[in-house]
Amino acid sequence: MALSGIQIYKMLPQTNCKECGFPTCLAFAMKLAAKQVELGSCPYVSEASKKQLAESAAPPIRLITLKANGTELKVGNEVVMFRHEKTFYNKPGLFLRVKASDPDITKKVATADAYKVNYVGMDFTLNGFAIEADGDLPAAVKAVREVTKRPLMLIGNDAAILDSSLSLLAGEGTLIYAADSSNYESLADVAKKHKAALVVKADSLDALADLTQKVHAKGVDDMVLDLGGKNLGEWLTRSTQARRLALKSNFKPLGYPTIFFAAQNGLDKEAIYAAQAISKYAGFVVLDTFAPEMIYPLLVLRENIYTDPQKPIQVQPGVYEINSPKPESPVLVTTNFSITYFAVANEVEGSGLPAWLVVTDAEGMSVLTAWAAGKFDAERIAKAIKGFNVADKVSRKRIVLPGHVAVLSGEVEEELPGWEVRVGPREAVDLPAFMKQVLN
Amino acid sequence: MPIEIPKDKWPGSIKAITIGATSADGGTRTKSITIGGQTTMPYLQFEAPTPNKPVIAIEIKSRKPEDWSALLAEAWGEAMADPAQWAKKADEAGADLIVLALIVEDSTEDAVRVVKSVLGATGLPLIVWGPGQAEKDNELLVPVSEATKGEKLVLGICEDKNYRTIVATAMANGHLVQARAPMDVNLSKQLNILISDMGMPKDRIIMDPTTGALGYGIEYGYSVMERLRLAALQGDTMTQLPMIVTPGFEAWKTKEAKVGEGVPEAWGDWKNRAINWETLTAMSLIESGADIVVLRHPESVKRIKEAIEELMVPA
Repeated sequence: MALSGIQIYKMLPQTNCKECGFPTCLAFAMKLAAKQVELGSCPYVSEASKKQLAESAAPPIRLITLKANGTELKVGNEVVMFRHEKTFYNKPGLFLRVKASDPDITKKVATADAYKVNYVGMDFTLNGFAIEADGDLPAAVKAVREVTKRPLMLIGNDAAILDSSLSLLAGEGTLIYAADSSNYESLADVAKKHKAALVVKADSLDALADLTQKVHAKGVDDMVLDLGGKNLGEWLTRSTQARRLALKSNFKPLGYPTIFFAAQNGLDKEAIYAAQAISKYAGFVVLDTFAPEMIYPLLVLRENIYTDPQKPIQVQPGVYEINSPKPESPVLVTTNFSITYFAVANEVEGSGLPAWLVVTDAEGMSVLTAWAAGKFDAERIAKAIKGFNVADKVSRKRIVLPGHVAVLSGEVEEELPGWEVRVGPREAVDLPAFMKQVLN
Repeated sequence: MPIEIPKDKWPGSIKAITIGATSADGGTRTKSITIGGQTTMPYLQFEAPTPNKPVIAIEIKSRKPEDWSALLAEAWGEAMADPAQWAKKADEAGADLIVLALIVEDSTEDAVRVVKSVLGATGLPLIVWGPGQAEKDNELLVPVSEATKGEKLVLGICEDKNYRTIVATAMANGHLVQARAPMDVNLSKQLNILISDMGMPKDRIIMDPTTGALGYGIEYGYSVMERLRLAALQGDTMTQLPMIVTPGFEAWKTKEAKVGEGVPEAWGDWKNRAINWETLTAMSLIESGADIVVLRHPESVKRIKEAIEELMVPA
């Protein structure tokens, strides 16, 4: 658990020597607590304090980095149970499981690797591939590496085969699945040799904690936990318990990210299982099905859950075309707060009526908030209309303001000579009726 | 050495609320439904058992909706034109209760007749929504409430700008109310206070924190629900109410669910995508504390039902 400035101060020499660059030890301690300076700046701190401070500074859930050919995936380092308490930081990696015995493995991986979907201006993809050693693993690794640059996970329990497969992935950060009480010694050796991260699995949290300590003693620092759990309820319990032990009790043996296999109880449950894993703390989610109709919603869910609640998603300012607008279609104006944008875009889209939607840069605020904060005024609206060359797209220069900022219409008219300024409804839900009845 | 699992002990709990009256209680429902009663965050059964499972309502309309997705029309078929048939099919599809949404074209006679026909077609508890325009809501819900006295329906949707008439008629006729506030802990709380200040007992208010669909603001609803639940467990009596959310309505509004053509190839198969959109929205809201999820597609109902069973397995 992170120490407070006062707790840190008690471990410092308290001589106010100023050699760290701060006027007092207390000032330095406060900066340390805020993680704005390094302890190394204090030349006189005792070895004992150093050790204690280093331990308290270690993240409660270890950051695991997988990498391959320049692509990288970071998982872990989480600090809260609920996203509103701060935020969830590192999105769980979504991996697709393929079988070494599958003659179509290359094609499957290539297709999934190329998959890319756009959500509010961001491109999402899968994060890696898990190869199951049910056939010639080294050959499969070679084949897969030809068609993807994403990190890999190797699923097997034969240390020698894992060893030779990992030799083909020199310089990468790979994940091995999985060490249990029967094979952890040999797998830990392989993981250590290749600097791979190792999944550790056991039937209970007690047994798991016991095992991670044994693996740690073998020299492996990077571990991932398979918590077991036969159904949604059991997994939720274990995932919550492990996270709590790490965050609240600072229990190091379970201070690692977790992995979850979404198709373990059948493909018909895969989407829902993966969804729970994403919102309830999984570090890696393994899928068995490459189905865009499932992967797209899962990627969106992951993005939504891992969005920083203090920084709402903003939509890229610009001109959005809704229902293939024509030059005579109306120009609607709104702000770039994502929820505002969605509300407006959804209603217009649902109405089937074409429109140009101009999204202004209001620093991610809703219409009323932005107006009150001076981020959505006549000047900014005019700037957007001019900056995005809206006049070139339309034959009829007609702009519709949100009803909440009706007061701006006079100023907008002044800023945009030649434009007809209309005041629309206050709520997005009334837009279709407004467009049908008033604009025509 | 066994690990000591940290457990939260909360001073507060969620009110248990019963919807629908059987003949023993002066109604005509074949069963009633009890929700709420939790003393932990959702499904943390290692702390305390979850006393009542979350339930699934299927939304039907008083007349065939013309703007619903073709996928929903395909799933419900002819029944969509007849609320009684539709309710029966919803019952067969596994609904725990029915949401009947009246529309603005309904007359008061239509509204009463349709509500009675749905009550006649199924023994499930019933939630009745007005069309969503204050005046029309009041005009339709009052006679509906009077004509169904003692059935313990849920009437809605109360919002801060229009709740008095609905609450008054629900109080007078033994019904419950659905209280909706726009994704904000304090606004939810405030509306609950206003409604209970009118004399409505707290075990007859179900709060609706509002949510967005997956990809359309679900994270706001998700966190508001977690915060409401935490506040309730910490002892804030005005948030200790079960929650109803409408993932079906929200999800089927999105382009991802509604539209099959002219969308990116990366969105995949339309039908499965649409059902995933609804089920993933619903599932996430169940994880964050929903007691009633209102759905639209029978396949989503099936999948969510299975998931609920798994969450309810005792620890």
